[in-house]
Amino acid sequence: MLANQIGQYSLILGLFFSILIIPVSIKNFNKNDQIIDSRIISISFLQFFLVLVSFCGLILSFINSDFSNQTVYNNSHTTKPLFYKISGTWGNHEGSLLLWLLVLTLFIFLFLIKSSKQPKKYRILTLIFQQIIIIGFFLFILITSNPFNYLFPVPNEGLGLNPILQDPALAIHPPILYLGYVGSSIILSSSLAATVQKYISKDWAKHIKIWILVSWIFLTLGIMLGSIWAYYELGWGGFWFWDPVENVSLMPWLCLTALLHCILVLEKKLLLTSWVIILSIATFTLSMSGTFLVRSGILNSIHTFANDPGRGIFILVFLFILIFISLVIFFSFHKKNHSKNIKIYWLSKESSILINNWFMMYFLSVILIGTVYPIFLEVLSSEKISVGPPFYNKLIIPFLIIFLIFMSVGPNLNWIKSEFKKIDNKNIIIFIISLVISFLIIIQSDSKSLINTILISSAFYLFFVTVKDFFSKKYKNYSQKISHLGFSLLILSILLNNFFSSEIITNLKVGEKFSFQENHITFESIENKESKNYKSIIGHFRIEDKKGSLIKLKPELRIYDYPFTITSEADIKTTIYSDKFLVMNLVKGNEYFNIRYQLKPFMIWIWISTLIIVIGGIFSLFNKTYEK
Amino acid sequence: MKNKIFLISLLLFFSFCFVVLFKGLNNSNVYVPKKTTEKTLVNFVAKDFFTEKEIYFDEIFIDSEFYILNIWSSWCLPCRKEHPKLMQLSKNKSLKLIGLNYRDNKKNAKKFINKFGNPYSSILSDRDGTIAIEWGAYGVPETTIIDRNKKILKKFIGPLDDKSIKEINLIIK
Amino acid sequence: MKLLRIFLFIIIVFNTSQAFSDENSDKLKNKISKNIRCLICQGQSIYDSQSDFAISMKLVIEKKLNQGFSENEIYEFLKNKYGQWIIYDPEFNKKTFILWILPILLFLLGGAIIYRKLNVQK
Repeated sequence: MLANQIGQYSLILGLFFSILIIPVSIKNFNKNDQIIDSRIISISFLQFFLVLVSFCGLILSFINSDFSNQTVYNNSHTTKPLFYKISGTWGNHEGSLLLWLLVLTLFIFLFLIKSSKQPKKYRILTLIFQQIIIIGFFLFILITSNPFNYLFPVPNEGLGLNPILQDPALAIHPPILYLGYVGSSIILSSSLAATVQKYISKDWAKHIKIWILVSWIFLTLGIMLGSIWAYYELGWGGFWFWDPVENVSLMPWLCLTALLHCILVLEKKLLLTSWVIILSIATFTLSMSGTFLVRSGILNSIHTFANDPGRGIFILVFLFILIFISLVIFFSFHKKNHSKNIKIYWLSKESSILINNWFMMYFLSVILIGTVYPIFLEVLSSEKISVGPPFYNKLIIPFLIIFLIFMSVGPNLNWIKSEFKKIDNKNIIIFIISLVISFLIIIQSDSKSLINTILISSAFYLFFVTVKDFFSKKYKNYSQKISHLGFSLLILSILLNNFFSSEIITNLKVGEKFSFQENHITFESIENKESKNYKSIIGHFRIEDKKGSLIKLKPELRIYDYPFTITSEADIKTTIYSDKFLVMNLVKGNEYFNIRYQLKPFMIWIWISTLIIVIGGIFSLFNKTYEK
Repeated sequence: MKNKIFLISLLLFFSFCFVVLFKGLNNSNVYVPKKTTEKTLVNFVAKDFFTEKEIYFDEIFIDSEFYILNIWSSWCLPCRKEHPKLMQLSKNKSLKLIGLNYRDNKKNAKKFINKFGNPYSSILSDRDGTIAIEWGAYGVPETTIIDRNKKILKKFIGPLDDKSIKEINLIIK
Repeated sequence: MKLLRIFLFIIIVFNTSQAFSDENSDKLKNKISKNIRCLICQGQSIYDSQSDFAISMKLVIEKKLNQGFSENEIYEFLKNKYGQWIIYDPEFNKKTFILWILPILLFLLGGAIIYRKLNVQK
């Protein structure tokens, strides 16, 4: 159909312009003035526009259920609700790659128009590096993952989208995540360009900070949305599983957070230049490696469908070309200023940022090694092992404790040098209060151990310190205070949720009831319902909690037609104190249902605190420099 | 100079990673245990399907050269597909087929046997699926071929196809 | 230096305290289930999964616990049948020591780099 044709040809035309822009830019580069050729900006806009048209063409094909398009056929169905037809566009391999390309082209265009005060040669080089990535993706899509493949004869009906993916959080999770993930490409391109031009300086830092912030904000939001989806939709009551797909989004985040802290230093003085370049390269490299790991089929479980090895090889080669180019440029062009061997005073904000980076890189290495080690082991020794939550918990928690303690001290130190004052009375009081509260809490929980006590004391201590700082008038830096407060609240919520969550699993028939932790649950009835593309069995449960208030929970079992799957939808009642989580499953050949009821305190605070972290970042966007 | 060494070692390191990942791509297939970690079948106790009496491991593995352990269920569609092949195999005198009825309803299982035929010299009942775990199975259908010393010779995960039948025939020669 | 000692103390306490935390057998069953991979699922533990395999496995674990198997004995039992892959916690042995040590080595390396950059004199 027409939308399909337009989509296909826009894409090819886009590739043409993405290549054309290079000679035009080189010609402009060689001219010794500071005026960028306006044609360059126009072509970059045209490139973005063509990809946008192509993307819209794909969306239209999905909306119209145009099954002559192979991607639509594989991933959609006429009975899908409109909202999910649209979001199905990026819920598959080909469409999501088109989304990658859209963000890549958008960001370079925005970069060009927002960087008019920057040196011309730097801007053009950034463009050229970004174009390398863009052309790579154009080729990847057109050669191995074309969303506009033609099917003939045209089937009447599609194969449908996985019902687990038909969820609002999951619909917006990819676009938001990609704005962060893929947006970090501009950081790579610009840092390579700045290295070549020897423009790694305070001015460059001020300029690139905005891009780092934007990328970081979206990446944080994207990860949060993914966790929210996992919690509400996947029916297990968890929100983080150390699954490769999750790890792959967390790694660039750690890099980006470390980079954000470093750029604050570079903004003020010419320090950490090499490290900033390395982090900039690493962030997007990790994003691309992440894409490789989860799309190529290399990380496998027993029942995955065969992934096209051609795709995996393409990304792998592309990724390593990027790494090689970055390494060569870094070593050829970056000259450290050895004459001024500035040492950082041990008790200063600069050193705190170094320590922050130290720990972030440690956490990053734990996650990276944990995720790829099984691959290396299998290739080198044919032995297959699993690396799961126990590994990550054991290696991260001890270091997290120390990190929390450092974090309560570091942000308040002065630039350059801080005096080692005698410990503030207020801090001692906070310390004691934290210990006492933690002790009282641990006694009540099931996870009694010394390490947990220390862990939660550190979390409380950090929390109280960040609250105290928030209200102190000494420093004006609100974005830092907000984000750090958000972070401490996040750690605290996760810990408290972890210590105090409880659950019961039991089999029930209609009419039966059971009690758990002073909650009385009655299985009232079963309701059968038919919806647009599924049939459902809804269980009605009445819950009377400790305080005597009544709530009704209605977990659902959904039976989808295409493809034939049965999913279990939990019903969750969220309040500010706690979530009540109920999920129901069939027990084979029985009129019994398997019920899992969970009490999860402080769940909503996990999401709220992440939002607070993001708000801090947004504040920073509107703040010209850190600490005027 | 120091920089150049550093650069070269980094490039070598990444080249190594590239090669490993490249090989890893070609390795990625459905996980079938290449070396069966367990060489012999362990002791187990199961209920006979028809009599509901407990049978011990040793009582089953007598008087045959080779044994085929087949896990099946009436609700399992691929089991239906492989069933004729099992019927064919049961004609072979040197083989004894032992079925494990996995997480099934007895009435439905009996209907299945009556309708499609019984290739098994004995059937064991595994209502809750725990015997299958004792056998190191992943699910249904799954077939394992064992010799008279209870040594595991080959395991087939999924329904038997012509290729697997050829392999079985080779083994029992 | 003092920090290092505190740090080592934390690590030791952490690893020894693990041994004393599970008394309740239901909790133990859950703890074990969370550590076992559901082999027919995509990246779920048998604790989270509702598949046949997971349900049967949970029953097997319960049976073994009632028979007096210890946690490690159950892991050994399952490893013999399904390979190391079924256990989420990678052991510390010849084949995996790099997995455990490498992050720590990198941490120490990072520490050394930072120490050189710092001016520790007043």
